[in-house]
Amino acid sequence: MRREKPATLADYAPLAFPAIMLSVFFVIPFGTMIAVSFFQRQQGGFYTPAFVFDNYERFLSLFFAHVLGFSLMLAVMVAVCCVAIGVPFTYMLTRMSRRAQIAWMVALLSVLSLSEVIIGFAWSTLLSRTAGITNLLVAIGLMEKAVALSPGFPAVLTAMVYQALPYTILVLYPALVRLDPTLTEAARTLGASPLKAFFTVVLPALRTTILATLIMVFIFALGSYLLPQILGRPQHWTLSVLITDQAIYQSNMPFAAAMAVFLVLVTLGMVTLTLFAGRKREAAI
Amino acid sequence: MNAFLRRFYFVLVGLFLSAPLIVVAGVSVNEKQTLAFPPQGFSLSWYADIFTDAGWRDALLASLVLAILSAALAVSIALPLAWFLWRRIAPWANIFQLLGIAPFTLPPVITALGLLTFWATTGFYGQPWTAVISHAIFFVTLPLVTLSLGFSAIDRSLVEAAATMGADDRTIFRTVVLPLITPYLVSGYAFAFVLSLNEYIVAYMTVGFTMETLPIKIFNALRYGYTPTMASVTVLFVMLAAVIYSLIARYGDLLKLLGANSEEKA
Repeated sequence: MRREKPATLADYAPLAFPAIMLSVFFVIPFGTMIAVSFFQRQQGGFYTPAFVFDNYERFLSLFFAHVLGFSLMLAVMVAVCCVAIGVPFTYMLTRMSRRAQIAWMVALLSVLSLSEVIIGFAWSTLLSRTAGITNLLVAIGLMEKAVALSPGFPAVLTAMVYQALPYTILVLYPALVRLDPTLTEAARTLGASPLKAFFTVVLPALRTTILATLIMVFIFALGSYLLPQILGRPQHWTLSVLITDQAIYQSNMPFAAAMAVFLVLVTLGMVTLTLFAGRKREAAI
Repeated sequence: MNAFLRRFYFVLVGLFLSAPLIVVAGVSVNEKQTLAFPPQGFSLSWYADIFTDAGWRDALLASLVLAILSAALAVSIALPLAWFLWRRIAPWANIFQLLGIAPFTLPPVITALGLLTFWATTGFYGQPWTAVISHAIFFVTLPLVTLSLGFSAIDRSLVEAAATMGADDRTIFRTVVLPLITPYLVSGYAFAFVLSLNEYIVAYMTVGFTMETLPIKIFNALRYGYTPTMASVTVLFVMLAAVIYSLIARYGDLLKLLGANSEEKA
């Protein structure tokens, strides 16, 4: 059927329900949050309408700068690890049989939908003294006695890579599966080894995809709120953890809201960068 | 040599992805209340616990009801929107597409906090139904994306033929469009269902103090006393997700849903 411009009011009817739901339960809550971020905090967990910048001024502390710096650094490291593991993996995956691809995708989706609580619990068990991998090393004689590997920074990083890797692969998949196979064939015909073909032909062709994926995984990692809490020490807390902490345990909604608004701005900046990278890619073709 | 390297790499990634789950599965069959691995003794009583212990059973029920309802609501928001965008030329309506994708793209804590301030301001904070609406909004992105994909795959000449023969919008939707997009509808629902079942922060911020979903219950158990039931619930969830995604793959084209061109690649 041809697409037509809506002519009568009745033509707009299907839009009514989605529009109302999204406006009332997404746009208004978002607006409420921004408004609260300018409110004045009262003792005892209440806040009153006002228009103050106090909540934003608290960003200027050394503590906050430290948390922000750590959050960004952690997200960057997660993104780099995931892309480094994910690109060769996804590339080889797209060259496998349809059946194998489906099996891997089912496994990846299952891990991806796991709750952060569950991932945190699973890794804290795996890295614990009583049930962890160090017991395995003791059993085969590589270690004297079992030790606890969490909490700590390596534990946080590992679990976050675990959480983000399936996401990375799913983001890379469409671009890699559509990659022209004649590109590598040409390189192979001219005598390049598969490894050399991968590094000199595939990677350069994917430059913008990789950049866009890095940014998307970065945003994804920025949203992790439980893993740093379960597997790290307080100095490993990220902005997301701090927001939850302020909102729920310190009952300081205005400050939590101000941090959330700040996090939105960082994320939007990153999304703009992604779109910009995408446009450059289209211009290049 | 290269085939060997490739296999080695896949085994390594596979091990990384499965190791925590293997340990958890081992812990879940311990005979006594300990998180030992390798398990001491063998018992499936921790699986029975999910259904016999009142606390875990209530949490499981709460999670299931929440996931069933919120996924249904998410689909009922996404379907008319995706249909409208496919049927009509209305560029400004794309703003709603953007609004549908935003909650899932932003860090989850932001959506959660927005909804928390909203429910607190309107005075409904803590009501169980607020969690249904919150999850529906948070996960509306998934059916919206699968349905948009489904609509874009419809051959417009089919619909055109029906229109020429005098069918109106309603008839066309029921007899032509709906059968074609059903696989996308079902997979959109399934994605939203599985993710809602596993979601923690939005549920915690909206109804965390009045009811316990399974992820909330696991988190509380993490802080106030470990039990192997947490492990058995985890295994149950992983298997549930794997079964649902396998069904999507069995009855639909999973790879196409994930962005591959079509099924001509053998």
